[in-house]
Amino acid sequence: MSVMANNVAHRIRDDFPILGKPMNGHRLAFLDSAASAQKPQVVIDAERECYESYYANIHRGVYSLSQQSTQAYEAVRGVVKRFINAPDEREIVFVRGATEAINLVAQSFVRPKLGPGDEVLITGMEHHANIVPWQMVTEATGAKLVVVPVNDDGTLDVAAYRERLNERTRFVSFVHVSNTLGTVNPAEEMIALAKAKSIPVLLDGAQSAPHMPVDIQALGADFYCFSGHKTYGPSGVGVLWGRLELLEAMPPYQGGGDMIRTVSFEKTEYAEPPQRFEAGTPNIAGVIGMGAGLEYLEGVGMAAVAAHEQTLLSYATEQLKALPGLKIIGTAPQKTGVISFVMEDAHPHDIGTILDMDGVAVRTGHHCTQPLMARFGVPATARASFGVYTVGDDIDALVSGLKRVRKMFA
Amino acid sequence: MDLQRIADTFEMLDDWEDRYSLLIDLGRKLPEFPDAARTEDNRVEGCTSNVWLLTHVTDDQPPRIEFQADSDAFIVKGLVAILLEAYSGKTAQEILDMDIESLFNELGLAQQLTPNRRDGFVAMVKRMRAEAQATQSHPTA
Repeated sequence: MSVMANNVAHRIRDDFPILGKPMNGHRLAFLDSAASAQKPQVVIDAERECYESYYANIHRGVYSLSQQSTQAYEAVRGVVKRFINAPDEREIVFVRGATEAINLVAQSFVRPKLGPGDEVLITGMEHHANIVPWQMVTEATGAKLVVVPVNDDGTLDVAAYRERLNERTRFVSFVHVSNTLGTVNPAEEMIALAKAKSIPVLLDGAQSAPHMPVDIQALGADFYCFSGHKTYGPSGVGVLWGRLELLEAMPPYQGGGDMIRTVSFEKTEYAEPPQRFEAGTPNIAGVIGMGAGLEYLEGVGMAAVAAHEQTLLSYATEQLKALPGLKIIGTAPQKTGVISFVMEDAHPHDIGTILDMDGVAVRTGHHCTQPLMARFGVPATARASFGVYTVGDDIDALVSGLKRVRKMFA
Repeated sequence: MDLQRIADTFEMLDDWEDRYSLLIDLGRKLPEFPDAARTEDNRVEGCTSNVWLLTHVTDDQPPRIEFQADSDAFIVKGLVAILLEAYSGKTAQEILDMDIESLFNELGLAQQLTPNRRDGFVAMVKRMRAEAQATQSHPTA
């Protein structure tokens, strides 16, 4: 294990109160950060402080509390802008999570552009959140959803992607990093191919934002989104980033308060982005907590986070490969800290149940990627995924738990 | 193993690993489930792993309901085995009268079931009870 893995990560672990609590009488080895990350004390404090010291509805009152909470809420746009290197704060829309971001783009930006014969292009490794919204808009408009196949090692068939980009393609939406396989897609190259044909692109960053430096200007996408709960912030908040000129041209997604300029029964004028897309009272404390999570990550440094998780990935891959009867699903050369696997003798649910008794938390199931499960011919997998607080001891607990699984089921 | 023996054996085991091993064993001893019956109709909705359930109503008076079931997860298969031991071959009334939750509590298994797993378990119980209910209201079915 690297120095980072042994020293810094152990210190980082102490920032997360939940990791100090035992599970089933064992030290908690939390290996399900890809589903949702645990929260550092600073995030918990930020949200609590908002409620304790300066909470009020935003963009409403002239009284000090409302001003203070508005400032704290709006300041998070600046944090997000820096975090993903966005050109302009007005491009940062707060949403409930990546799922809502994709639905927003599907309904407001893409749906009005679709007609019979048009195509929306996604990949075979998408999360249901990047499949179902597109099925909804293509079915409603008579357009077609086209899917780029996945290779046996879990990489994307980029040649097939290139072929499927055609004059009927109206939009491309794909995952930056697969939540099930850990595959890092060649986003820059793929986006450039689409942009060369003037096709707009949404990049689903739910699994990239928490694990690697993201520069959306370098990536070149038109939309990018991620969820706060995966970037060590609260659940129920997330970010949609979109190019300002596109956001400005888009109709609102939902109507309500705080998204209008003037309302009369004859006509309503909508506010400019991002307010146009933030109808109603948002998750104020949640957004502030999300900002604290992103600043926490900045403090560690995203390059350091990525390097740390790569070290763990190599260590864990090596350890798991040595276990007889275990097969890793997803062996792309470029991966984040995600290892999906199946075992000969036990069903993933059996694996998860036994590991739980040892204090090891892994995800089992289809990971909201049923088409991908079908592609690899497995009903489900067990998945260990890492975060900034994962240490070698967590991997060792996983490996010894898996040895027990083998002993019990073989 | 009948229910009483299962309960007695579980009571003797205080180590979770031994309890799970017994559960896995019970699952392994489940009679072979016909491959042809692994259909979507026979799949129990709500289970995190796949569970299939096949129902046969006998000509007895009152009719008895015989269940066959299977799962691709061994621990779930063990739970299925206990459920079959409790329910299979009973009349609809006997099935509907049985307090299965208490039975699992007595077995010391209720607390071993994680919430997700419990959902599947509850779905299985629901399906078996629904089959009993259907037999009662349509005795010729």
